Amino acid sequence: MIQFVLLISRQGKVRLTKWYSPYTQKERSKVIRELSGVILTRGPKLCNFVEWRGLKVVYKRYASLYFCMCIDQDDNELEVLEIIHHFVEILDRYFGSVCELDLIFNFHKAYYVLDEILIAGELQESSKKTVARLIAAQDSLVETAKEQASSISNIIAQATK
Amino acid sequence: MLYIFMLGYDVDFGHMEAVSLISAPKYPEKQVGYIVTSSLLNENHDFLRLAINTVRNDIIGRNETFQCLALTMVGNIGGREFAESLAPDVQKLLISSSCRPLVRKKAALCLLRLFRKNPDVVNVDGWSDRMAQLLDERDLGVLTSSMSLLVALVSNNHEAYWSCLPKCVKTLERLARNQDIPQEYTYYGIPSPWLQVKTMRALQYFPTVEDPNTRRSLFEVLQRILMGTDVVKNVNKNNASHAVLFEALALVMHLDAENEMMSQCVALLGKFIAVREPNIRYLGLENMTRMLMVTDVHDIIKRHQAQIITSLKDPDISIRRRALDLLYGMCDVSNAKDIVEELLQYLSTADFAMREELSLKAAILAEKFAPDLSWYVDVILQLIDKAGDFVSDDIWFRVVQFVTNNEDLQPYAAAKAREYLDKPAIHETMVKVSAYLLGEYSHLLARRPGCSPKEIFSAIHEKLPTVSTTTIPILLSTYAKILMHTQPPDPELQKHVWAIFSKYESCIDVEIQQRAIEYFALSSKGAALMDILAEMPKFPERQSALIKKAEVAEVDTAEQSAIKLRAQQHMTNALVVTDQHSSNGTPQSVGQLSLVKIPSTSGDEHTSADQELSQANGTLATVDPQPPSADLLGDLLGPLAIEGLPGAAVLSEPNAVSGLEGVPIPADDAAAIVPVEKDTNSVQPIGNINERFYALCLKDSGVLYEDPNIQIGIKAEWRAQHGRLVLFLGNKNTFPLLSVQALILPPVHLKIELSLVPETIPPRAQVQCPLEVMNLHPSRDVAVLDFSYKCGTSMANVKLRLPAVLNKFLQPITVSAEEFFPQWRSLSGPPLKLQEVVRGVRPLSLIDMANIFTSFQLTVCQGLDPNPNNLIASTTFYSETIRPMLCLIRIETDPTDRTQLRITVASGDPTLTFELMEFIKEQLVGIPTAPRPPAPPAAQPTNPAAPVAQPTNPAALTDPGDLLAGLL
Repeated sequence: MIQFVLLISRQGKVRLTKWYSPYTQKERSKVIRELSGVILTRGPKLCNFVEWRGLKVVYKRYASLYFCMCIDQDDNELEVLEIIHHFVEILDRYFGSVCELDLIFNFHKAYYVLDEILIAGELQESSKKTVARLIAAQDSLVETAKEQASSISNIIAQATK
Repeated sequence: MLYIFMLGYDVDFGHMEAVSLISAPKYPEKQVGYIVTSSLLNENHDFLRLAINTVRNDIIGRNETFQCLALTMVGNIGGREFAESLAPDVQKLLISSSCRPLVRKKAALCLLRLFRKNPDVVNVDGWSDRMAQLLDERDLGVLTSSMSLLVALVSNNHEAYWSCLPKCVKTLERLARNQDIPQEYTYYGIPSPWLQVKTMRALQYFPTVEDPNTRRSLFEVLQRILMGTDVVKNVNKNNASHAVLFEALALVMHLDAENEMMSQCVALLGKFIAVREPNIRYLGLENMTRMLMVTDVHDIIKRHQAQIITSLKDPDISIRRRALDLLYGMCDVSNAKDIVEELLQYLSTADFAMREELSLKAAILAEKFAPDLSWYVDVILQLIDKAGDFVSDDIWFRVVQFVTNNEDLQPYAAAKAREYLDKPAIHETMVKVSAYLLGEYSHLLARRPGCSPKEIFSAIHEKLPTVSTTTIPILLSTYAKILMHTQPPDPELQKHVWAIFSKYESCIDVEIQQRAIEYFALSSKGAALMDILAEMPKFPERQSALIKKAEVAEVDTAEQSAIKLRAQQHMTNALVVTDQHSSNGTPQSVGQLSLVKIPSTSGDEHTSADQELSQANGTLATVDPQPPSADLLGDLLGPLAIEGLPGAAVLSEPNAVSGLEGVPIPADDAAAIVPVEKDTNSVQPIGNINERFYALCLKDSGVLYEDPNIQIGIKAEWRAQHGRLVLFLGNKNTFPLLSVQALILPPVHLKIELSLVPETIPPRAQVQCPLEVMNLHPSRDVAVLDFSYKCGTSMANVKLRLPAVLNKFLQPITVSAEEFFPQWRSLSGPPLKLQEVVRGVRPLSLIDMANIFTSFQLTVCQGLDPNPNNLIASTTFYSETIRPMLCLIRIETDPTDRTQLRITVASGDPTLTFELMEFIKEQLVGIPTAPRPPAPPAAQPTNPAAPVAQPTNPAALTDPGDLLAGLL
């Protein structure tokens, strides 16, 4: 099971966190500090796995972002590595060649995507198309709600004129 | 707000807002509410309770999107309370046919989460069928989620889900053959690698596959995966296919497939650990380590040893760790030397993060597989030298324990320690070990250059200013011991040491202060010092603290059991085998009383005769935890043990120092020991076991043991170094004795083979068990028969010494004066000829003594010695390693004082001479004997001419402490 997902920029800034097992706020920031220390210092040619406190962290670097997932000792590491890649590909498809800025400004979208891929620390959907379809549906829902809201406010504005 | 939170600021103020957003009617608001809640709060947060009802409404509501949101949130942060109130609804969603796949797959994972939080929410009986139905699902998304759920369910209780097994295999088959998998579910051309991995993971939780058809098709699939995976250019495809491959490997290992497949796997792994791609290499190493646990593929893996050692030097710490683990796992007697030396070499370049683990592992391996003990000492000393900071105390305690228990090792270890002391900068741990070893055994080196007491003292003392307060007490003990071993006393050295003691008398550290004062007082006492500072007795063997530590450290249960297994093997190889419990528990309180070894037993105290006997004999420490272990704790583990009980320690001090008052400590000992003995022996033996044993030492047949249920008789034939014993196990009852077990715990010098002992002894029947004994080299250690049986409900267990003692391998030989004298003269001086003055022997007439000798197979040669008060005896000793050896013995008695005599023993082998000397001493001093020291104190053997300190007060002979001093 995946314990948590972390996105850290090369400068050590956290871009996204998702915790599937209970950590208190204090523990969370401690974990982030420790792990960014460990992972950011590793060279480019090393393997993608780090043992850490009896767990394993699988990480992969995409441009300036490190995607880290922490898993149990006996989980399949390569599988998780490919989940990361899967996630990145979906983000890529959704944002259209994703970059760090996309994640900064649209971080909530990144959360939605992640929620469609992982639940309870397990992979939920392995088809990119399905995920894309679901996210699009959600977006359209939001859009229509927004339109409705703006049309309502227009009506109100007109009425009160 | 989420953004603020992500940056690490505290956003408590917004929690309430977020939770209330969940109940908003509009989708965007609800969505934000859910996402914020699930990110900000963890499952134990109080606010979540407020949301349960809203969430439930969303789940049972009709709106699909709301259901999804709610399920996602619960799946990510749902806690116990959610589990209790929502599980039925979620289950309903999962199996309902009207829901769309997107809801159902979320429901599956949500249920998984709830199940993890509270396993009771899933009713086992009802679910196994539904689970099987779920596996028929066509939608791969739902199938993936369901498979995750299944993995969790099966790991909890595999029996209820047997029906799912064939379905898993079918799914796997479908995936592996790429049969009707929608295009969107293939990942770089591989049909959903995640689902494949999950399916195989689920299969691993079933103990085995029984149905032959299913089994065959499963193996076909696995074979296909094993063979069909190639390294390709595309990284992602490569990763995905290897993910599947490794999972398949794990499954093969689990199923314990036929040999062919297994060796195929090993070959693959061998290929993997040689590739450049670090991920694959890492996993290759890891899986090889796992493989070691499962089957017997050591030999194949050993072929890759060189490759693994190369990986140890990889720039990546993750890979190095794996390589280390693997090396540790694959190490055995045949390659231990190479591997440990490699580790040592690597240690000096290894980075800090790994050194501790590395040194611990090297130490364990060195101990477990040492071809000889001097090598072990070498390794550990090098280890301390190279990575002193990372060598835990346990490691050096263990060395000291080994050295103390092995006399052959002592001079070597002391010499080594001396060498290391000459280095300009050495680690503090090294100072501790060296100081301890030299304190105990420096006298064994006395003849070598640079090893006079004074030189050793100054070498050690040089280090004093650099060490911390925990080391100073050890140094002080060392000084005291050096002082004691210096015979005749060197006034200059004495003055120097006293000056140091008096300097530390006002030290702020209580331990140092106390030691300084005590040693000062003791050393001014003169003769009394000898017995208090005598060498440490042998430690009872126990499970290595290191191995224990490793066990704690290992999280992997499989690995743990492997270590335990090895540890057990190790136990049987050990020199002295003991009960594991002996190291802890009761004796510690005794140990705290005795700062240094206080001889607490005496020859005339028959009340505690039993305890003393077993104490006299290292092997018998099995029976009951004894003061030696207490001494170990008192002096080794706790240089500071006193701190725990300062009051008591101070109180006991007068006894230790004066040694004249009645000694209260034996009482303590007895109190500590008696209950332990009761535990082990529920059946009372008839007759005195020890008397029977001693009788059998002189005769070849008789009764070894008897209790109300059983009688064990023994009959022996001895020819040269070979012996044939027959044990007669006789059941005295009218009902059978069950679970009979006889186990021989042989000392190193004996090779004993016991034929099979039947499990049950029929009523009133006698069973014979032949026993072959071969003597390898001289030693006084005794083999122990660990015998247990069940009678009714009670279990009886006795540990009996077997009368395969030194004298059984002797054969009388008569020598004439012409033969005797040249031989006697050619064997001159130690270690071939030893001379010792013994006091406190049983008063015996010369004729009685001659009779005793004859009973021990020593021929008394009349008329060789002109002095009628002297006795000459000769014998031949047979063993496997040395040729038959002529031994000559001369006893000089004093007609005016029959309690003292001088013994001279000569033979062509130093160990034999020493062992024989000790043996004769034991016999003459009387039965029961006092604990024997592991080696003779310095003065007598090295310098036979030097007069031994005389007991000043004849009345003191009645005092146990002084009596013992006389003996030593």
